[in-house]
Amino acid sequence: MIELEGLCKRYGERAAVGPLDLRVEAGELLVLCGGSGSGKTTTLKMVNRLIPPSEGCVRLRGRDTRELDGPSLRRRIGYAFQHVGLFPHMSVAENIAITPQLLGWDAARIRARVDALLEQLELEPGLFRDRRPHELSGGQAQRVGLARALAAEPEVLLLDEPFAALDPPTRDRLQQTFARIRRELGLTVLFVTHDLVEALLLADRIAVLDAGRMVQVGSPAELMRSPAEALVTELFDTPRRQAAVVDALLAPGGA
Amino acid sequence: MTALREQLALLPGYAVAHLQLSLVALAIGIGVSIPLGIYLARRPRLEPGALGVASALQTIPSLALLAIAVPLLAAAGALLAHVGIPLRGIGYLPALLALSLYSVLPILRNTVAGLHGVDAAVIEAARAVGMTRRQRLLRVELPLALPVIVAGVRTSAVWVVGTATLSTPVGATSLGNFIFSGLATRNDTAVMVGCVASAALALGLDALIRLLERGLRTRRPAPIAAASAALALLAVATAASFAFSRGDRAREVAIGSKVFTEQYVLAELLARRVAAAGFSPRLVPSLGSTVGFDALRSGEIDLFVDYAGTLWATVMHRDSLPPRREDVLAEVTRYLADEHGVRVVCALGFENTYALAMREDDARARGIARISDLARAAPELALGSDYEFLQRPEWQALRARYGLHFREERSMDPALMVQAIAQGQVDVISAFSTDGRIAANRLRVLEDDRGVIPPYDAILLASPRVAREHSDLIAHLTTLDHRIDADTMRRANLEVDATGRSPAEVARELDAELR
Repeated sequence: MIELEGLCKRYGERAAVGPLDLRVEAGELLVLCGGSGSGKTTTLKMVNRLIPPSEGCVRLRGRDTRELDGPSLRRRIGYAFQHVGLFPHMSVAENIAITPQLLGWDAARIRARVDALLEQLELEPGLFRDRRPHELSGGQAQRVGLARALAAEPEVLLLDEPFAALDPPTRDRLQQTFARIRRELGLTVLFVTHDLVEALLLADRIAVLDAGRMVQVGSPAELMRSPAEALVTELFDTPRRQAAVVDALLAPGGA
Repeated sequence: MTALREQLALLPGYAVAHLQLSLVALAIGIGVSIPLGIYLARRPRLEPGALGVASALQTIPSLALLAIAVPLLAAAGALLAHVGIPLRGIGYLPALLALSLYSVLPILRNTVAGLHGVDAAVIEAARAVGMTRRQRLLRVELPLALPVIVAGVRTSAVWVVGTATLSTPVGATSLGNFIFSGLATRNDTAVMVGCVASAALALGLDALIRLLERGLRTRRPAPIAAASAALALLAVATAASFAFSRGDRAREVAIGSKVFTEQYVLAELLARRVAAAGFSPRLVPSLGSTVGFDALRSGEIDLFVDYAGTLWATVMHRDSLPPRREDVLAEVTRYLADEHGVRVVCALGFENTYALAMREDDARARGIARISDLARAAPELALGSDYEFLQRPEWQALRARYGLHFREERSMDPALMVQAIAQGQVDVISAFSTDGRIAANRLRVLEDDRGVIPPYDAILLASPRVAREHSDLIAHLTTLDHRIDADTMRRANLEVDATGRSPAEVARELDAELR
């Protein structure tokens, strides 16, 4: 569904990312992970050209996205990020409706779509439709952010640490909601996180980046079983250790 | 109470003119600053330079900015005249130009600041949902920056309404007319009405825009709607007032006056005579001295009383010792007709010369009767003068010919000079010989024993247009020829200065007396 081919970002002489090659299959959720400065967010933003690539191309369903101008491309791809960025002067419904509106959907269709999305994201439409962003909790705001990303029925979703700012119980609930929705809709998702536990919980495959270079791509099991580099091993050490501690505590006769 | 009623009768006209000036200037300021601010907010390299220029404009004293606008527009008018576009260099336009420039900075600064202040996450979201640059600006950035921009408009509005009171000397009517003429004729009621009215206007506008700003900030539609409706109504009313003020221009005669009592009285007298001749008079009071003559020459005013000696020195630039009084008059008449097409209608019959005056007792104690006597004592004395005097060629000539060097030279409002000398704050003042307060305050006019000061016959001047088109009016006004002697003028001036009666009232009596 998504193909990156020789995708590369340079700032002056310095190469920040790439060149990268990567395929994300239809319906797959691929997590980009790595430390800060590894280039995962830059890579994600080059897909919808929030950051224009220096070289290389992105294909969606086999078509080169350079055929489209930036705004048209972005209207076809959902995007949500840690800071949510709801428009503070618009209601929840207006926020969600924005991309369909830019695409020229008629009002009735937009209204039905907004209500359906609120339902899907477990926000009571009657209660939330007319609220302003400042009246929402962090978790509710990010639910609206996801609804806005999904509003124009995109096949592809780009998510940049969407749950990172939420407290653990809220994050957990939202992750579950999201996992359900993306399976229902068969979305193809590129998901950036530095949280390995989240990566393991959500990913079909994980791509590990370091200093703008692709270190290894594979299923969580593959990466844990046969890490390509020491970096990958280290990366999975933390969740492994935490799991071991939890296991020990839960085992019969534990402390 | 009659004094107050008389001033309040002028209020609607002045207030409407004030609004016509300040609201249009504000509209131009908004029209220039918001697009410019949007442009600059995206070009960080240009931003400091442009804001610097706007700040520099702001540091020019507002009165000076207004004064500079006159020659600027005159130059522009000279250029545009070639392509057949008439441009008035005096009056509404220069005031509008200066006030518009003045209104730019707060709006520009707040537009830039407002746009910079939009949350980066919101901008990222706006791009990510697929907005174009234009959609992002119109749907997200401007709506979010709007409360800040409106706050800038509010600051500008208060500045412009306040500064507009200073546009009177460049010939634009405003609430400043109360203040300038009130100061010049010692009419405290007029000054007070002008101050209170302009303050009330500024505060009212401030309150309305503040209501709008609050509404936008808290996103409540009720105050936004109320404030917008009130502001729209004000704008529509002002626009409509322009349509109404377009009267019968052909029969309108504009009468200018300078900034001292005699000029206000004579302008009111002329207005009565013009009306009696079947024309509609319009007063353009409180003009700067040279602004007045320029306005007459270019036809922006039609009648103006000036003084032969003033024209001799400042318009004709003659520095030679003047010949006899009649010769000066004949020469001025010929020069104005030939060079400027300005018609000398008649001499009014009195001279108002520049003179130096001292307290009677002081002069006697020091044994000073003539200006040559003054030269000895001058280093111990302080001179008080009106704003113009120290810049005028007559003063240069006096100083050179008599060797005058004062301990101190101070310029002040002519209305305050007599008070200053009476209280001993200065010892010598530049006085006008028709100033009724000279005798009333026991001042002695020193004799110009070397004949340095040229004769200052008051002469009535008519614009080229009136000279060309309205010989009937000229004939009618010629009846004033040599009808007003110095004593009559002095009495009328004192009437205004000492008793606080209005120039209009005194002019009515003078008119009756002359018939």
